[in-house]
Amino acid sequence: MPGAIYAEGLVKTFGDVRALDGVDLDVPEGTVLGLLGPNGAGKTTAVRCLTTLLRPDSGSAVVAGIDVLKDPDAVRRSIGLSGQFAAVDEYLTGRENLQMVGRLYQMKAKPAKARATELLEQFDLAEAADRPTKTYSGGMRRRLDLAAALVVSPPVMFMDEPTTGLDPRNRQLLWEVIKQLVSGGTTLLLTTQYLEEADHLAHDIAVVDHGHVIATGTSDQLKARTGGERVEVVVHERDDIQPASEVLRGFGKGDTTVEEHMRKLTVPVTGGAKLLAEVIRELDIRGIEIDDIGLRRPTLDDVFLSLTGHLAEAKNDENGKNDRNDKKEAAK
Amino acid sequence: MSAVTDAVRVAPARNPVSQSFRDSMVVAQRNLIRMSRIPEMIIYGLIQPIMFVVLFTYVFGGSMQIGNSTSAADYKNFLMAGIFAQTVTFATASSGAGIADDMHKGLIDRFRSLPMARGAVLTGRTFADSVQTALTLVVLAVVAVLVGWRVGSNGETDAGRVLGAFGLLLLLGYAFTWIGALIGMSVRTPEAATSSGLIWLFPVTFISNAFVDTSHMTPWLRHIAEWNPFSATVQACRVLFANPGQSQSDAWPMQHPVWASLIYSVLIIIVFRTLAVRKYRSATA
Repeated sequence: MPGAIYAEGLVKTFGDVRALDGVDLDVPEGTVLGLLGPNGAGKTTAVRCLTTLLRPDSGSAVVAGIDVLKDPDAVRRSIGLSGQFAAVDEYLTGRENLQMVGRLYQMKAKPAKARATELLEQFDLAEAADRPTKTYSGGMRRRLDLAAALVVSPPVMFMDEPTTGLDPRNRQLLWEVIKQLVSGGTTLLLTTQYLEEADHLAHDIAVVDHGHVIATGTSDQLKARTGGERVEVVVHERDDIQPASEVLRGFGKGDTTVEEHMRKLTVPVTGGAKLLAEVIRELDIRGIEIDDIGLRRPTLDDVFLSLTGHLAEAKNDENGKNDRNDKKEAAK
Repeated sequence: MSAVTDAVRVAPARNPVSQSFRDSMVVAQRNLIRMSRIPEMIIYGLIQPIMFVVLFTYVFGGSMQIGNSTSAADYKNFLMAGIFAQTVTFATASSGAGIADDMHKGLIDRFRSLPMARGAVLTGRTFADSVQTALTLVVLAVVAVLVGWRVGSNGETDAGRVLGAFGLLLLLGYAFTWIGALIGMSVRTPEAATSSGLIWLFPVTFISNAFVDTSHMTPWLRHIAEWNPFSATVQACRVLFANPGQSQSDAWPMQHPVWASLIYSVLIIIVFRTLAVRKYRSATA
């Protein structure tokens, strides 16, 4: 039996660009699929096809048991969409926005009003409920947008990059909301370019690049596919980078990458904890003072790199920006 | 948080016509609230036509020949129907800009993902714009009376005919907001919608009987002016107001201006509504 979201061979071209080049997806009911990929991979196009906003050139899709191409109206009654931009009217108050969406979901005025109040409480917007949303912060707008997508508690939800551009605190807050939503039985398809986010929220991950799904599986499965552990060392003095790198060369199964300004060295290894102990001993013997050392399993960053040969872009990601740029450098 | 799990059932689909009307009203209400929160837009919308009334009356009045008269008073009474009609067409730009803005901000995507009537987003917007147009017309009529505009004396016209003229003006304005809706759906930015919404209005409103007597135009231009849908409404207003300077041309719209105005407006609504709604259905932000 196909899942709550099911797509087979979705193709969508814009002029010469094949935005979707035969995408297959299957999301079992009550689970979260993270659609992971860089800008322009086709994530948004896939969401737009599944939410009836765009008609695919070929392929088929079933959402909440309804054929998307045959009965788009019925699909619209069963889904919530939170798009890439907070789609709220900035001159309306939070309450007015939610009431309007409720009424357009064909609710009567009174229940729409009650539901709006409920959601404003739930999303910690009660205090700002009667202010125009123009005065809201980015995080508040995002929460309101998500609330709008949840007005009728749709069984299937789509979120297109829900945390792009949010600060870490608001991102955490939104993650909490999403987790609670899913524990209530909602099926969710979430797109993201943050590997950490997919790792954190999604049961299954589909990695998309150039309109293809290039890998699917749980986060652990994908990491296992990439294989390999790494030792990461942060030395105390910049001058110690060179000698530390020589030590690591003796243990490593590949090239050592160096992030100069963070004084961080990374080398792929095999041998686990025992090997780590040996590395520490050797560094100690040479009198190299270390700030941090650890055995790291591969991150989804590594997964992405090994699958696509290039790193996921991390635009707007204030947190990881420098870090990832460095890795990009190192990867060359 | 448990509320998230409490399924709120969506009402089953209802009669498409009543749903379409209801959804349009919800969207119209949204746009009216929005307009009321941006009062400066309404004020600027009023200043422009008032400025036209004053400028045309005092600058052109006295040097324009209407029929065989060059009296400033006659030109004033001739002019107002033209200014009224021009003012209602300016709603095109605001509806175009509003819809382009909704596209730009992703609101159209939200609306399109909701189980609502397909034309309601645009219909709601055009309704709201027409409410604003009506408000503008009331203020403008007061200003026109203040600078000395008078409708014909009793016997020549009556309250019903004057109201009928304003009805035709509103209908023309409503028709033009659908042109605006199509423009709004077709351009990429609200700025582009504003400028492209206005540019073509100048030839349409000037190659007409709005500000000058068409009988003084070169023949080919005069034909365009007399068949211009905009001219039909202006002529109809002059007839219904019993104001001077009515065209004596043999052209059908000038001979039957009320019918011509109605037919043109309804045709514009049908054509542009169809095109705009089709565009909305397949819109991509």
